[in-house]
This record gives sequence, structure tokens and C-alpha cells, in this order.
Amino acid sequence: MRYQLIGLNHKSAPLEVRERLAIPESRLPDTCRELTSYPGIEEGLVISTCNRVEIITHTANGHADLRGFLHDHFHLDASTLDAHLYEFREKDAVRHIFRVASSLDSMVVGEAQILGQVKEAYATARAVGAVRGQLDQLFSRAFAVAKRVRTETAVGSSSVSIASVAVELAKKIFGSLHGKNVFIVGAGKMSELAARHLMAHGCGSIFVANRTYERAIGLAQKFDGQAIKFEDLYATCDRADIVITSTGAPHAIFRREHGEQFLARRKNRPMFFIDIAVPRDVSADMAKLDGIFAYDIDDLQQAVSSHVADRRKEAERAEAIIAGEVEKFEARQSTLDVVPTIVSLQDHLETIRQAEIDRVRGRMGQLTPEQEIAIEALTRGIINKVMHTPITTLKSAARESEATTVVDVVKRLFNLPVKGKEVSVEASAKKEEAGKKTEVGTQR
Amino acid sequence: MSLLWLRFALGCYFVGLVYAFVALTRTSETFGRIALHAASMGMVFHFVSLTELFLSGQIVWASVHNSESLLAFLSMAFFMVIYAIYQTTSPGVVVFPIVFFLTFVAAFGEQPVLLTQFVSNKGWLIAHIILIFTGYAALVLSFGASLLYLVQERRLKAKKPTSLIGFLPALEVIDQIGYRSLLLGFPFMTLGLLTGSVVAVTTYGRVDFLDPKILLSVLMWAVYMVMVFTRWNSGWRGRRAAFLATFAFVAALAAWAANYFSAIHRFGA
Repeated sequence: MRYQLIGLNHKSAPLEVRERLAIPESRLPDTCRELTSYPGIEEGLVISTCNRVEIITHTANGHADLRGFLHDHFHLDASTLDAHLYEFREKDAVRHIFRVASSLDSMVVGEAQILGQVKEAYATARAVGAVRGQLDQLFSRAFAVAKRVRTETAVGSSSVSIASVAVELAKKIFGSLHGKNVFIVGAGKMSELAARHLMAHGCGSIFVANRTYERAIGLAQKFDGQAIKFEDLYATCDRADIVITSTGAPHAIFRREHGEQFLARRKNRPMFFIDIAVPRDVSADMAKLDGIFAYDIDDLQQAVSSHVADRRKEAERAEAIIAGEVEKFEARQSTLDVVPTIVSLQDHLETIRQAEIDRVRGRMGQLTPEQEIAIEALTRGIINKVMHTPITTLKSAARESEATTVVDVVKRLFNLPVKGKEVSVEASAKKEEAGKKTEVGTQR
Repeated sequence: MSLLWLRFALGCYFVGLVYAFVALTRTSETFGRIALHAASMGMVFHFVSLTELFLSGQIVWASVHNSESLLAFLSMAFFMVIYAIYQTTSPGVVVFPIVFFLTFVAAFGEQPVLLTQFVSNKGWLIAHIILIFTGYAALVLSFGASLLYLVQERRLKAKKPTSLIGFLPALEVIDQIGYRSLLLGFPFMTLGLLTGSVVAVTTYGRVDFLDPKILLSVLMWAVYMVMVFTRWNSGWRGRRAAFLATFAFVAALAAWAANYFSAIHRFGA
């Protein structure tokens, strides 16, 4: 698990910095190649979106100079960059990637886009050969975790702002918003925002009515809509399916009789009133009419906050899933780490056994097949008995933090060939010594 | 053999029945999919059962057993058409239990047979049965949709759109499902009654409008027509439409029950 990650996101860096680090899609393959040719890096992957830049690597010894790589690549000095960077290693790097892929680290938690972006980054890096065994395992797992989070929690299911809640409600009523007309009564910032959201979801034409006709014209022009004189409001309002109302009127401007008129003219097709005025523009008795759905600012606010609360709860569940997955991934990785040692230990002892049999055979002369079998069984039996404890210890140590120490000790004891040369043995010896010293220190 | 296939179909529809109850309390897409697959498989068994019956030549369309089986199958077919168009399994909440009930009765119930031995023109009779039942199936679906409309309307009015039964489609979509089934079913029902009259005239020489079966059928048809008309003319939906749909549904049940005491359209032993 020599994963190492460096990056910045919307939380750690302002847009100006993120902009300077953003890597255009066309240059991603080159960046990946450059990354893997950087000293100490075996595999590498780059995620670059408008909210984040992440460099994820599998390194030769767990200590690659990723900051150096960023400085070199972007020709930026440490002072502009370093304050915004975060770095994670091993388990923390795994957790971070799981969180990113599951959209828990996103600006809008639960948005679905990020997983697609991570998958693209992975495909790009894979295509240029920058991702092989180790990162492959990590990302395959990350995608599976993201899927689990999506199916087992509702973290991605609801939207947050008032405008998007309004859109969601409109969809609950009308299904598709295509061709639905919107009427803005009282030009204000918030109604404009809501209208913009509705238009983005396919609404058809827009009407605007305002006490000051000029303002209505101004807003209507923005949307390519139609300005309506305020006196004509009741005569035209039934043409709209969705009415966003936010006048400063001291009393309700839409009353029951208006609602009845509208419905009669619309042949009872439903109408959705988004009433963001305080005091309210839609009277309570009009809201009771069948076919009139009126949501005031409190209702919308409540929908928003229930979404936020739901989402927080769901995010907590998602975090728990990820914590479990990180543990599982780590356990599997470390088991994978001890497997080569076990294999080379077995090979080593088998070589000794064969050599000894060959050496003794000359002295013993002709052996009957029964004797051959007996010698085979005897020597194998001894080897297996001797090996049993070390192998069990290795396997159980793999699940704990001491895995590397035990692996190193076994390798040293049996003089097994060490991948990454003797350095790691020495390093671990030093580590052990250092550990002993601190132990002694604490005992004092 | 045909009965065996029908019982297999019943087993599949049972999954749909369970889904209908579960869906009332919580949303589960996976379960929705399972129910859909089970229902499709049930339809295959059901189709085999009906085909076998038809090919065996022993078919007595007018037996309660066979006609209920046919009605269940047609209702299911309607449900599938709706699913294909709107991608929603929610009408199943109403349709599945009804289909299950019909299939159950068809697979296990007593099997009285309508006294049709005097009917000279079998072709008209078969046309009558198929048309009427397609009309019934459409009515079942439209009834289901109007109930779902009420539920969804209540939820939106209660300002709790995030609460339970989140799987319901949008209000207008439910409305369309109901209205389209209604529109589609009406000509079938009308033609079904007309062919029925033809059968009656050729068999008895006249249509006895005072016979309970005919009276109730005409009443049902009238309610059906009022529903289509009010909807077309003034867009009745929601509570009023649900009220009418329930009335039409009850009238349909009554027309069915009339088979037990009608003089001309009656179950024999």
C-alpha cells in the first residue's frame, strides 16, 4: 500500500489557484506519462475538474516528491501552491479516493458528475499505461464503493437550494417541464433565479407582470419572454402552469375566486404557485382548491432543510460505508503483500530440501521405490512442520500494522531475496531500533 | 395442463401482490424490478395457459373461470403497455392485487358456466367477450390511476413531497395514464355492449332492457361516458374523477354480479 496522493479542491484552494492548475483534457495523457517517469513513481493518475486537481500515485518506496512534480509541471513556486495542497498516504489516500469517487468530497455532496470524471481520468491514465496493477485495484474498488454508497444511501437523491426544490416540486406535479409556461409576478432577484432554473429544465415561454411596467419589460427581455400589464394579470395568468409570485403587496393578490376562474379556464389542469412573497401573495383558501398547488417560502425552506438534514444523515452513513471499505481494502492489500514472501520462503526451503536429498543420495546407493517415497515424505514432513508457524504468523500479521516488520524479519532470518533491495531491511532494522529506543525512553 | 400453467402464473403474480403492499410503505427500485420480471413471467405462463385452452378446443369462453383469467391477462397487458410508455410500476399497487385476485379465483374457484348453449352465433359471442373485457381492463387501470392521483395530490397538498411513496410518478403523468386508459377503454366497452346486443337479438329476438344484467351494463356504460365527457369537457380530475371512477368500477362489479341473477346472461350449474 504505497499509495501517495497530492491535490487541492474547492475547500483548500480559491478558484484563481484551481484555474492555474487545471489540466485540459487533451493534455492529460501527457501529464500521466510525465508523472510515471518522475523519480520514485511507479504508477500515476491525474484527476482534473473545475473543483479539484488530484495526483494519485503508487510509489516505489512511499516517499515520492509529489510537490516537486507539481512545481516542475506547472512552473509555480512553492509559496503560491503549497498552502493549498493536501497530501495523503496509504490508508488516508485510499479513503480520500473512495470519498471523492462517492461524491462525499464534492461541493454539492452527492452530485453524480464526479464519478464519471474520475472514471474518465482512470481510462485516460490506463490507456497510456500509467495505471497498472496497484492503482487498478484501488480504482476498481473505488468505483465499487461509489456504487455501494449510491445504492445503499440516499446521498445523491435530493437537491438543495430553494430554486432547485421549486424545480423538483414542479416536476412532481407536471412530470416533464417541457413546454410549461412560467409567469413571474413581481420582478425580484429570487423569482428571476427560480425562473432561470425552470427554464433550464425545459420550461417554455415566460410572462412577467410587475407594478412598474418598465421593470417587467426589462426582466421579460432577459428571458425572451412577454411583459404583461399588471391590470391584465388575472386575465392572462391561467396561461401559465407555474406562477412565481413575489410582490410587496400587503395582502394576498391571488384569492379563491381567482383560483376558481383560472381552473375553469384551464379545464382544471393543475397550477403550481411558488409564493416567495412575505406576506404571502396566495391566500390560504385559494391554496386549498383542488388543482392549485401553492408553496410559500416556509414550505420551500422546510423542503430545503429536510433535504439538507436528510443529506447530512445519509452522508454519515456513506462515511461509515467508506470506513469499512478502507479497512477491507487495506486488509486485502496487506495479505497480497505477504503472499510473495510466503512463496519465496517455500521456494527457498524446497531448494534446500532438494539439494540435501541429492547430496545424501550418492552415499546411500540404490534405493527401492518405497525408500524413495519414505525419504520424500520424511523431508517434506519436516519442512512443513517447520514452515507452519512462520506462515501462520505472516498471514495473521498481514491483517495488522506490524506486517512489514514481520515480513522483514522473516526475510532476514531466511536470507530471502528482497524486492527493493536491502534498503528496506536496513530501514526496518533502523525503524525497529528507533522503536526500541522510544520504548526505553517511555519506560524511563 | 392449462390450469397448471395458470397456477404458475398465479405464483408469479403473488410477487406482484407482495410488491403492491411493500410499495405502500417504502420505496424499493430493486423490488419494483423484481415484481416487474415476476409479472412478465406470470404473463408468459398465463398466455401459455390461455393458448393451451384455446387450442384444446374445449374452450368455453363464457365460463367464469376462463373469462376471469382473460380479464386478468388483459389488465396485465394494459399495465405492461403503461410501463413501456411511462416507465413506472406504480399502477401495479392497484393492478397487481386485482389481477392476483382474478387469477386466484380463476385458478381455484368454483367454475360455473354461463348458459350460452342457445347462442347461435359463436363469433359474435367471442367478439363480445374480448371487447368487453378489454374495456373492463382499461377501467381497472383508470380506476387505479385515479386512486394514485388522489394519493399524490394529497401528498403535494400536505407539502410533504419527500415523504413515503416517493415512487409515484408526477401528478400529470398519473392523470395521463388514467385518461388514456379511459379513452382507450371506452370504444371497446361500447363495441362490447353493441356486440352483446347483437348476440341477444339473434338469440332471443330482442334486448330486454329490464334484465338486471343489461340494466347494470347500460348504467356502467353511462357512468363511463359521463367520466369521458366530464374529463373532455371540463377536465375533471382528482377527487371528482376518482369518485366517478369508483362509481364506474362498482357498477362494473355489479354488472358482473348480475350474472348470478340475470335471466338471459346467467351462470348455470
